[in-house]
Amino acid sequence: MLTITHFLTLGAILFCLSVAGIFLNRKNVIILLMCIELMLLAVNMNFVTFSRFLDNLDGQVFVFFILTVAAAEAAIGLAILVVLFRNRETINVAELDDLKG
Amino acid sequence: MNELPLQEMVFYLFSFVMLASAIMVVTVRNPVYAALFLILTFFTAAAVWMLLEAEFLAIVLVVVYVGAVMVLFLFVVMMLDINIAPLKEGFIRYLPVGLLVAFVMAAEMVMVLWGKDRAVEGMFPMPAPAEPGYSNTEAVGEWLYTQYLLPFEMAGVILLVAMVAAIMLTLRKRPGVKAQNPSNQVKVRREERIKLISMPSETPNDQRGS
Repeated sequence: MLTITHFLTLGAILFCLSVAGIFLNRKNVIILLMCIELMLLAVNMNFVTFSRFLDNLDGQVFVFFILTVAAAEAAIGLAILVVLFRNRETINVAELDDLKG
Repeated sequence: MNELPLQEMVFYLFSFVMLASAIMVVTVRNPVYAALFLILTFFTAAAVWMLLEAEFLAIVLVVVYVGAVMVLFLFVVMMLDINIAPLKEGFIRYLPVGLLVAFVMAAEMVMVLWGKDRAVEGMFPMPAPAEPGYSNTEAVGEWLYTQYLLPFEMAGVILLVAMVAAIMLTLRKRPGVKAQNPSNQVKVRREERIKLISMPSETPNDQRGS
């Protein structure tokens, strides 16, 4: 019998995998963006799960909004990436140190 | 031993594929393969959402994410001529700390869920499946256009802003390209194009010079 624990555990593991991905691929901006997408997917998974188990549609509407914002974020992030590559010829995070932060 | 019910079999199959492809996304060397594995992750997530009776969102995930966002990712990855080797440099170095953080986080969350004889399950029992005539799309749409009308329209504005921002960011003026400027074409006045010159009129007799 499937229970809420199954789905929440799936979301938790997915989120942790994407956190590990951010640690592992800290040089590559494209993979970092993909890891953020994975994180949002894990969060959405929890929203959908609770929406089902509470029998309440608010969670699904929130997922809808998260998808909207994530699409906008991906579009702007990739646009910045393209401009960055055009100006610097690299997407290596380690070389983007002009601000000396 | 009783066999697994169909729902559980579907759940375990899709969640296994999902987690395996998520691992591939973060470990694979080539960003193109990472994007393709991310597409697989989204597909299987859509299948799991179907299991949770969120049919509309499952289809939206496939259409919007796989159809639009991931295609955008693939476009950018293939457009940029990146040298992959230096981007993978810190992989081995950060592997232990990354795994440690991920493992600790996962352990915390799983302990919350599975501790105390899985008390969460008692709080949220599985509701009965929806009746045959129930439409998830209709229900979400009704909710979206009544209770959440203002946030819905704001989401549209956010998409418009994102579109304009993305276009403006990547727009560039190349020198030496001949192009018309419609604004200047429209703005032109009669006086700038036509010059009236007053001069004495000429007759055929004058031309002959007699």
